[in-house]
Order: sequence, then structure tokens, then C-alpha cells
Amino acid sequence: MKHVEKALTKKAAHGPDVDITKYEMGPGSMDAIDDLGKAPRDLAEKMGEVGVVTDEGARDGSLLIVNNAVGHCSLRVSDGMELMPLDRALEKYDGLKDHMWKLVEPDKDKFTATAYTEKATGYFIRIKEGHHIKNPIQTCMMIGKDRSIQNLHNIIVVEKGASCEIITGCATGNQAGDSLHIGISEFYVKEGGSLTYSMIHSWGSGTVVRPRTGVKLEKNARFTNNYVILHPVGTMQSAPVVHLDGEGASCRLNTVCLAHKGSDVDTGGTVYLNAPDTSAEIISRSITKGGRMVARGRLVGNVEKVRAHLECRSIVLDDGGVTLAIPELETKVADVEMTHEAAVGKVERDKVEYLMSRGLTEEQAVGMIIRGFLVGGIRGLPEELERDIDEAIEQANLGD
Amino acid sequence: MPMLEIKGLHAEAGGREILKGVDLKVKKGETAVLFGPNGSGKSTLLAAIMGYSHCKVTAGSILFDGTDITHLPVDERARMGIGMMMQRPPNVMGVKLGDLVRAAAGGDDVGIKAAADFRLERMLDRDVNVGFSGGEIKRSEILQLTAQSPRFVLLDEPESGVDLESIDLIGTKVKDLLYRRTNCGRRTDGCQAVSALVITHTGQILDYIGADVGYIMQEGAIRCSGRPTDLLNDIREKGYRDCISCRMVVPS
Repeated sequence: MKHVEKALTKKAAHGPDVDITKYEMGPGSMDAIDDLGKAPRDLAEKMGEVGVVTDEGARDGSLLIVNNAVGHCSLRVSDGMELMPLDRALEKYDGLKDHMWKLVEPDKDKFTATAYTEKATGYFIRIKEGHHIKNPIQTCMMIGKDRSIQNLHNIIVVEKGASCEIITGCATGNQAGDSLHIGISEFYVKEGGSLTYSMIHSWGSGTVVRPRTGVKLEKNARFTNNYVILHPVGTMQSAPVVHLDGEGASCRLNTVCLAHKGSDVDTGGTVYLNAPDTSAEIISRSITKGGRMVARGRLVGNVEKVRAHLECRSIVLDDGGVTLAIPELETKVADVEMTHEAAVGKVERDKVEYLMSRGLTEEQAVGMIIRGFLVGGIRGLPEELERDIDEAIEQANLGD
Repeated sequence: MPMLEIKGLHAEAGGREILKGVDLKVKKGETAVLFGPNGSGKSTLLAAIMGYSHCKVTAGSILFDGTDITHLPVDERARMGIGMMMQRPPNVMGVKLGDLVRAAAGGDDVGIKAAADFRLERMLDRDVNVGFSGGEIKRSEILQLTAQSPRFVLLDEPESGVDLESIDLIGTKVKDLLYRRTNCGRRTDGCQAVSALVITHTGQILDYIGADVGYIMQEGAIRCSGRPTDLLNDIREKGYRDCISCRMVVPS
């Protein structure tokens, strides 16, 4: 415990440093919302912005956290899955000894240390062996209080041969723009299991976002991570670490990002390929519209016969922004296939005019090219997410 | 009033003057053919008419249907009824051909439904021009134009780089594009026909669409005019140099 307390002031490896003491822990209780369809209007609107639907018919499970309180938790399908607040799971499963703080080190930095020493709220999702959950499970993380900390810890276990898709929407209320989101996530996908985890965000222009994610994949397990951030944010730094520990395991980390003026976005991921025939793809597509955008990616091939590819592509729309692509490949063995490509450029004039020659306005042409750039070529994006992305692109007035 | 009237047009591309005083008229319903050696400025002239920014007009004017369009943006020209088939259109990653065809038709599905006639039904989900063969690019350009339904068509070497089978399809579709507004078989002013300015080296496309008048371009200006078949024969026999020295007729 002492070494964790020491880490409470430890700067993170990447991203601007944050003075946590200027925030206070957000409220830990709220009135429960039994039916998301009856959620207050402003809350429902925010949920809609980040892909969380109030009509629960389209979801096999829903969970809502506002600040540090679970306000809603419901299951439409009870066979084969569990969805519950983390504290209940800790009670039920003897502290989740095999899953708590196994993939993220508590003393990694001040954010993990805070989540460890203060009592974090969160959820536990378990998909039981052999079960395929048909519709997505949705979780929503909302910050409703200014200058507060949202302190989360989420655990997902997909058991042998099971599969599910999770959509997580994160947002801040209109009055809570200057707040801090800490989110520890630990995902376990067992043999032959499959997890698709999509995050869509609508933070405030001053929000500080520091997720810390660890993922462990067993034999032939699959994991797709879609990280979508198209609205303004203060500073965001995210770098999930995936361990491909079982033979034939594969993962894909997709990032779709638009860095607005004043936003500082640092995204990426690390994948350790620890078993033969594992494969990984890190794909990042970003647009800088006056903001700072760092796209990182690190692939580490620790054994022979692994395949990995890393791709960072960025378009700079306005002067004044910064784009930095940092691809890294590392291995000590000979028989691996690891590649990367990075490209930073602009929206090419000849392409815009080509579309304009078909009668599209300049704004429509630029919008079409940017949408294509952001989502075209990314495999594994749920269709629904593409629609949300389309809306966000439309709102962002990229042709201006 | 001519459909297109170009007066004393000078234009630069890549920092070099390419067009050095072009004068040209295309009447309503007329198909004009542009011959000329490589580098004579034919493609630059078409780019200037469409309004592509890589081609910078420094003097002169372009009138379309009586309106001065010399400095209008590309999309306004397109909406006025000018459509262009590029020789080498750019790859547009992430934009599906089907979406572009639909947008070209103003959101209508008319082009999508026609895709099979162009042997492109399987290409609608592909990124525009990415990995397309020579013939596929040409067919896709004409499908887009058909969806767009322009009043004035600029065709830059519609038959280059395609196999014989594709040439037949392309020729037929270009013909449909030019004649679709009339049932009278021959295009005249009264038939509201589509006008065209066509660049060709081989003249193959003329087997399908015919042409009313031909021009030879040399060193950035129109140097000669005449019946397209006569000009083509002269060029074949004598080459551009002799052909031009023989006539030296600048059209009025």
C-alpha cells in the first residue's frame, strides 16, 4: 500500500501533468433511474450523443454511472451474462481476487494510485462460457459536477467460447466541463472468446481524461477496441495495453479522432505478442482542427511467428494544431512479420475539386473525404457507431 | 449564342504558361473534337473550363451559356451543367463509388440503378478509383456523368487505356449521354441536345458519337479547324507538324 501512496504524486508517462488536488471526489450517490426512458431530458440527450440509447429494447444490458454512483443497472437477457456494480461483484466473488489490479499496476502513476487508494465505482460484466450475447451491452459514464473526479474501475470477463459487444458512452454534463475522469479497465477474454469494445465520447472542453486499460487474451481469443473521440476535450491520454498470451489470439485497436482547437489528445496502445500465431493491428485515423494530436502505437513481438501492423494516418485541417505520429516496433526474435506506416497530410485539393465537379459543395466534398478517411479502411466498426460518427462529423462543420 | 465561348484565354499550370491565347466556340448541341500533340495544352484547357485550381487563368474569359464563369468555383460550374470525364481522376480513399454516384445525382438512386448497365454493380462499395482498372475508371467516370446529367460534357481521352470490349461499352454510354435528351436522332439546337468537347488521339470514340467540328491545338493555342475526319486523316498521314503548317487556319 505504501508504494501506491507514494505514486499518488507520480507523473504519468505521457500527456500533460495534472494537479489532482484541484478536484474533489464526485458524489457517490444518486436517485436510481429505473427506466432509462424516463431519465431527465438533459441526461437522455447526452446519452444519445454518445451512442447510449434510452430504448433498452436494442440492448441486452444497460448500466449508467453518474459521477461515482451507479444510477441504473438492468439486464434484458439474464441467461449467460452478469452485469452489476463493481462493489456487488467484489462482495459476491470474494474481492475478484483473480481480476482486480492484475492487468493495471496500481502504482503506475497518480491516476492509478488514486483509483486504488480511493474507493472506485464501476461495473463488472461476465459472459458465461459458450454464450453469445446477441445485442450490445451499453454502459454510460457521465460526469455531472464541475471540478470533480469521476473515479472508475471496470472489469469484463468473457469466458471460454463466449462473445459480446459493449458500447460505452462517456460524457460530461453542460455544467461539468472542468472535471477529471479516471477509469481503470481490466478485460479478460478466455479461450476462443470474443469482445468488441467501442467507446464514444462527448467530454467538455476542459475535461481531463485519463483511462488506464489492461487486456489479457487467451488462446484464439479476439478483441476489438474502437476508441472514438470527435467532440472537444481538455486533455485526454489513453494507451491500453493488450497481452496476447494464448496461441492464435488477435486484437485490433482502432482510434478515430478529431482534435479540436484547445484539445490535447494523446492516444495509442501497446500490444505484447507473447504466443505463436498471435496477430495485432493498431489503426489510428485522426484529424487536427487546430488541436494537438499524438498518435502512438507500440507492438512488441516476444515470440516467433507473430504478425502485427501499425498504421497512423492524420490530416491537418487548420494551421496552429500539432500532429505527432509515433509508431514503434520491437522484437528480439527473427521470425516475425511486423510493419508500420504513418502519414500526415492535408485534404488534397484535387480530390475535393473532383467531388465538387460532380456538383457537391466544397463543404460536402470535404465532409465526404474526411468521413471516408476516418472510418473507411477501419475494420470492425459497428454500423451504429458509423452513424454516430457521421452525425459528429456533420456537427463539426469540417468544410469551414 | 454559343454554349461555350472562350476568348483570349491564357492560363498557367505548375508555374508555367500553358494556354497562350485560346479562342474557341462550341454551339448548343455541337460535339467538338480537340486534337493536338502531347503537351499542347488540351487537358489544361478542359481543366480551365471545369475550374480546377491547379490551372490558373491569367487573362481572357470563359462564357458558358452567356454567363462569365472564368472565376467561378468548380461546384457552381457543375451545377450550371458542366460535367467532366477526367483522364486520370484521383483515388479517393474511403469514399464509396455508390455514394459519389448518388451525390452526383443530387441524392437520387438513378445512377445506382444504372450501375449494372456499366458493369459496375460490384464496384459501388469500392473506394472511388482505388485499384480500378483502366476500363473501370472510364466506366465509373461515365456512370458519374450519367447520374449528374450535364448539359455540356468535357471528355478527356475517353478511350485511352481500355480494352476493345470496354471501348464498345464506353462509346455506347457516351453516345447515350450526349443524345439522351432528344428523340429526334440528330442533335440540333431545337432538340436541347448536350454539347461536348472531346479530346482524342486515336479518334476511336468518334465511331460512336460522331463529331461536328474538329480543332488542332499546338503550343497552347488553337491552330487549325476543320471536319474531324479530315483533320484526323491529315494528322495520321502527315503528323501534327505538317498538318498544321499546311492549314494554319485559326477559327473565327
